[in-house]
Amino acid sequence: MTDLAAARWLFGTSLAFHIVFAAVGVAMPLLMVMAEWRWRRTGSAVHLELARRWARGTAILFAVGAVSGTVISFELGLLWPRFMALAGPIIGMPFSLEGFAFFAEAIFLGIYLYGWERVSPRLHLASGALVAASGALSAFFVTLANAWMNHPAGFDPAGGPETVRPLVAMFPPGWSHQVIHVLISCYAATGLAVAGIHAWFLRREPGHPFHRAAFGIALAVGGAAALLQPLSGDLSARQIAVHQPVKLAALEGHFETMRRAPLRIGGWPDAEARVTRWALEIPAGLSLLAFHDPDAEVRGLDAFPRDRWPDPLRVHLAFQVMVGLGSAMAALSLAALLLWWRTRALPIHRLFLGAAVAAGPSGFLALEAGWLVTEWGRQPFAVWGVMRTSEAVTPLAHLSVPFWTFAALYVFLAAMVAVLLWRQILHAPPPGPDGGPP
Amino acid sequence: MTPADLLGGAILVALVCYAVFAGADFGGGIWDLLASGRRKREQRALVEHAIGPIWEANHVWLILVIVVLFTGFPTAFAAVSTTLFVPLTLLLIGIVLRGAAFTFRAYSGRDPVQSRWGLVFSGSSVVAPLLLGAIVGAIASGRLRVSADGMPLSPPGAWLGAFPAAVGIFACALFAFLAAVYLTVEAQGELQEDFRRRALLAGVAVFLAAMAAAVVSWREAPLVFAGLTARGWSLPLHLGTAAAGGASFAGLLTRRYRLARLAAAAQAGLIVLGWGASQYPYLVVPDVTISSASAPRQTQVLLLAALGVGALTLLPSLWLLFRVFKGRRPAGPAPG
Repeated sequence: MTDLAAARWLFGTSLAFHIVFAAVGVAMPLLMVMAEWRWRRTGSAVHLELARRWARGTAILFAVGAVSGTVISFELGLLWPRFMALAGPIIGMPFSLEGFAFFAEAIFLGIYLYGWERVSPRLHLASGALVAASGALSAFFVTLANAWMNHPAGFDPAGGPETVRPLVAMFPPGWSHQVIHVLISCYAATGLAVAGIHAWFLRREPGHPFHRAAFGIALAVGGAAALLQPLSGDLSARQIAVHQPVKLAALEGHFETMRRAPLRIGGWPDAEARVTRWALEIPAGLSLLAFHDPDAEVRGLDAFPRDRWPDPLRVHLAFQVMVGLGSAMAALSLAALLLWWRTRALPIHRLFLGAAVAAGPSGFLALEAGWLVTEWGRQPFAVWGVMRTSEAVTPLAHLSVPFWTFAALYVFLAAMVAVLLWRQILHAPPPGPDGGPP
Repeated sequence: MTPADLLGGAILVALVCYAVFAGADFGGGIWDLLASGRRKREQRALVEHAIGPIWEANHVWLILVIVVLFTGFPTAFAAVSTTLFVPLTLLLIGIVLRGAAFTFRAYSGRDPVQSRWGLVFSGSSVVAPLLLGAIVGAIASGRLRVSADGMPLSPPGAWLGAFPAAVGIFACALFAFLAAVYLTVEAQGELQEDFRRRALLAGVAVFLAAMAAAVVSWREAPLVFAGLTARGWSLPLHLGTAAAGGASFAGLLTRRYRLARLAAAAQAGLIVLGWGASQYPYLVVPDVTISSASAPRQTQVLLLAALGVGALTLLPSLWLLFRVFKGRRPAGPAPG
């Protein structure tokens, strides 16, 4: 393993690990506050129990997210010091503001978790709402920094430091699409994952009030987000078609510049032969989706020098995984909406519950795949068109040592979190059938 | 006062807060490791109650230091990250294990599992401040050499030395002292006496470790030694630190614990300020200064504005957090 590869593996592993906890940190507080709000409004003891258990889960997941996020803030310098020396002054603003959002998250989560008996009901609920809001704000700011890497703005790469415009860099072209896409993905992934867990219990005991309450809230949040996500994905794709055409070409496995470009479903891009094999091609589909015009010209990878190509195979496959899972989640949510509309009751049909269980992990898989699309799709650059990843890396050697160390640490922590959530929150004696606390 | 000086000051203030608040959380872990006597369990439970609601917020001061450093002084961030790769990586492992273990312990009802996590938590609470102190000592001592763009010229082991080691030990003693003093306010009865004794012992350890570090600094960290002895503000700063130290001891001896808590925090804060002042204008001695590492002026001005706006939301929230959990009736119920 070269040191560049080790640095990328280490940073990639750290982010892949952190991103799960970060997404949960955005969405879980919303679920928890909705449960508490229902309890405060209706006095339903089931919802109080639910709020408390979800709060416990949030506490565990947030702590791991906080420390794994710390690792990333240091690794920016440990692994990519040259990138940070360039980018720090340009995109430090969103990172600094994210610091304050993180402060608010930690402060009000402390009040929420430990303040059940110490603060007024109104302050308690407000604290939970502030955790949810500042979690979303954190994700907002961090995604702005990533949007800048995809489409650097606010400085002149050839000019000196006086050309830096941090406020322009903070909102690079396409920022809104990426931010919306990321935020929705957090709610969709977390909501449907939680719904999947409770659907699994409901399959055994369909009448269980605790799991019904949990399933209802999680499905509402996750389902609404999953239904919105294809719209946001369409906006993102159109924005990428204009601003990051190489990435679009790679993620669609599109080698040859042409009008009436087909949309490829599945398939195996072969960069050497410059062709995508075995794909199901929908004529003019890509032109239609990317530019809303079947005759639009879509630039293929052939429009760009070979040394600026990302690896189309990886990017295309990750993109297919994301879109496939996202579509399945949207379909499930649509089914839930129709079932609810017809019966005006929680959809707990056995088949639907089975589908919900199966869909449980798909949101996080799609989120990871989508993150890979944007990162692999920007290669070989760390800052698109300005700094290559190989120029950003630290000059230090033996980077495979920290990689294997952190990889082992993350595997261990992930296993521990899973055991803990299972033992302490899901498997603990559920409340009795009357809905009272256990 | 240039914007760069103001930003340097902001980093120093954040470091003071990190030492005064998060330092005590590390210290709590040290007392968890050193829990002894008949009230072992109660001591550990008190530590857990005391840090539970606040440690994550206290931890964010470190994140703030990092983001302000890389935004405002990118070359210094590169210099620190490359020359201190090994201790920073070890510190991260310590921070991850400590945070995760503390939470896992709090939420894992059964005894044997709890005590294993407790050991990870307390062990990493000792290792992390040792490394943190060593990092500060290495930065101040002038042993880390870098090129103009912050790339390392000294070998990866350059951070190892007597002065970094002395500062590491000093940091452990100081954090343990802070924690013990703070805990006297939150404990009652015999438990309070336990922590009063611990605070007095740790106070003596702080004094001895400070003397040792000062002696080592004479040869190994000339700038720090000059700050300790020869600069215009050295004497008033020493008097202030000594007065705070004396007041915290007097408070402990006369059992006026709230006074002791305030004085101990002031003492720790002044120590960090003294380090910052003696190092000025260097960010990494001797190759990186505030002006050589500065980001473009417009970035620094905007960052200062962002810090100002951020502080407007942060300070009232922090005040609320500490009023709820550290006000009149500190010890609270476990999370649920």
